[in-house]
Amino acid sequence: MNDALAAPALRIEPLQSGGPDKPAKIEIRDLDFYYGKGHALKNVNLTVPSNNVTAIIGPSGCGKSTLLRTINRIFELYPNQNATGEIIIDGRNVLDRRYSLSDLRRLVGMVFQKPTPFPSSIRANVAFALSYYERLSRSDVDERIEAALRQAALWDEVKDILNHSALSLSGGQQQRLCIARTIAVRPEILLLDEPTSALDPISTAKVEELIHELKEQFTIVIVTHNMQQAARISQRTAFFHLGELIEFGKTSEIFTNPHEQRTRDYITGRYG
Amino acid sequence: MAIPARRRAADIMAFAFASLATVFGLVWLAWILWTTFLEGAGALKSSLFLEMTPPPGSSGGLLNAFYGSAVMILLGLVLGTPIGVGAGTYLAEHGRYTRAAAVISFVNDILLSAPSIVIGLFVYELVVRPTGHFSGYAGAIALAMILLPIVVRTTEESLRLVPDQMREAGFALGQPRWRVTGSILYKAASSAILTGVLLGVARIAGETAPLLFTALNNQFWSSSLNSPLANVPVVIFQYAMSPYDEWHELAWAGAFVLTAFVLVLNIVVRVIARKGTQK
Repeated sequence: MNDALAAPALRIEPLQSGGPDKPAKIEIRDLDFYYGKGHALKNVNLTVPSNNVTAIIGPSGCGKSTLLRTINRIFELYPNQNATGEIIIDGRNVLDRRYSLSDLRRLVGMVFQKPTPFPSSIRANVAFALSYYERLSRSDVDERIEAALRQAALWDEVKDILNHSALSLSGGQQQRLCIARTIAVRPEILLLDEPTSALDPISTAKVEELIHELKEQFTIVIVTHNMQQAARISQRTAFFHLGELIEFGKTSEIFTNPHEQRTRDYITGRYG
Repeated sequence: MAIPARRRAADIMAFAFASLATVFGLVWLAWILWTTFLEGAGALKSSLFLEMTPPPGSSGGLLNAFYGSAVMILLGLVLGTPIGVGAGTYLAEHGRYTRAAAVISFVNDILLSAPSIVIGLFVYELVVRPTGHFSGYAGAIALAMILLPIVVRTTEESLRLVPDQMREAGFALGQPRWRVTGSILYKAASSAILTGVLLGVARIAGETAPLLFTALNNQFWSSSLNSPLANVPVVIFQYAMSPYDEWHELAWAGAFVLTAFVLVLNIVVRVIARKGTQK
């Protein structure tokens, strides 16, 4: 009786900045990525826990963004880009060509570096993917739009101008709109590719706060150039260099006591 | 710091040459517009839009020619635009990175600069000879063929100008290509595409050579597209070459109306393009 209670407790290590270990959501196995002949990711193995923020850091050209672009297979838009290996989400390899892109991208949403509002109204932006995936009544659509905008901490700012052009919003609002549009279809994973690098400090703080709240519901993988940001918002950090995963662990450990010399050099600002 | 005299002289020379070159180019345009206005505006009467082309020696208007031109331009537009937008979309989106698209794009550029008289002859062989007579249909087809490469080119270029991030954002939401193109890219490129189509209309409005071989002309009122159809450019051509003063006057009036139409269309294009960039 005592043993049964003690056994799981042993496996769960408390995180300094985020409670107990969560089960794995994304398992990346032996992932290689090629831009033509360029070898951009080299034998990457990484397990992303669910309902956590996992930060990917590293110098420019180290493969951070490439890794994100592999998880939702957006790289397939371009010729001569290839991935080999496995990315397992919920027990299925999403790199398998038979895995439908539409299903995958409903499960895995992505927000980009530059805000990319579509040239239509705020409402239409949020409803765009929603109306494709689900047959909803008008009032249901309105409800879902409101819920998504609330979740993205944008509702109060736009509730009276839903029919205005999304292009009339500020950069920070546009980025939160892109987040709202992505979570409106209720994905389980969010990929954020340097989502604040084009924003001012106040907008950045808002988006970071938002990420902090969203992790309750989503598994978040964020690429960032900003190491303070990684330290502030993530529970796990992966350090990449020249296409290789150098070190992966708890954010608190990576930033205070990294095992690898290259990680130490990078976070102390010797290069990057 | 004082500027050395030599540099100042070089600057004045360069400025003078550039200004003169500009004036030289614009003088001819101003001259043409001025003459067309002087000769044409005087011939503007209500009868111009109410009466048919007259026999030599009597007065009349250009109603049948205006009607025929309008119908053929409109039909050419209806035929050429959807095919042109479709082909342009293929080149910029579906066929991107393919060899076929690169080849088609190149061939389209050749078609863009093909002499319009060649297109007239082509449609003559394709439509006029088999049917045995000139017709408004043949004219409209010839105009559509001139419009087509313009629309293909502008559609392709306008879509290529939409940043890839916009496509990625659409695809990342799991949307299929038709929806990304139809709901996002066309909207982003709409004013540029519309501009191209209107410039194409301005171009075909003044085309004479392809109509000579296809629609020919008709001195009488005819609303049938299946028979020879009067049209402004060919009427101007025939009347200007004639020895009759009344016909000369009508040719000037037609030239003036046509020029004014093209001018207005260009202004509309400017306004649309400006709105497009403000968005």
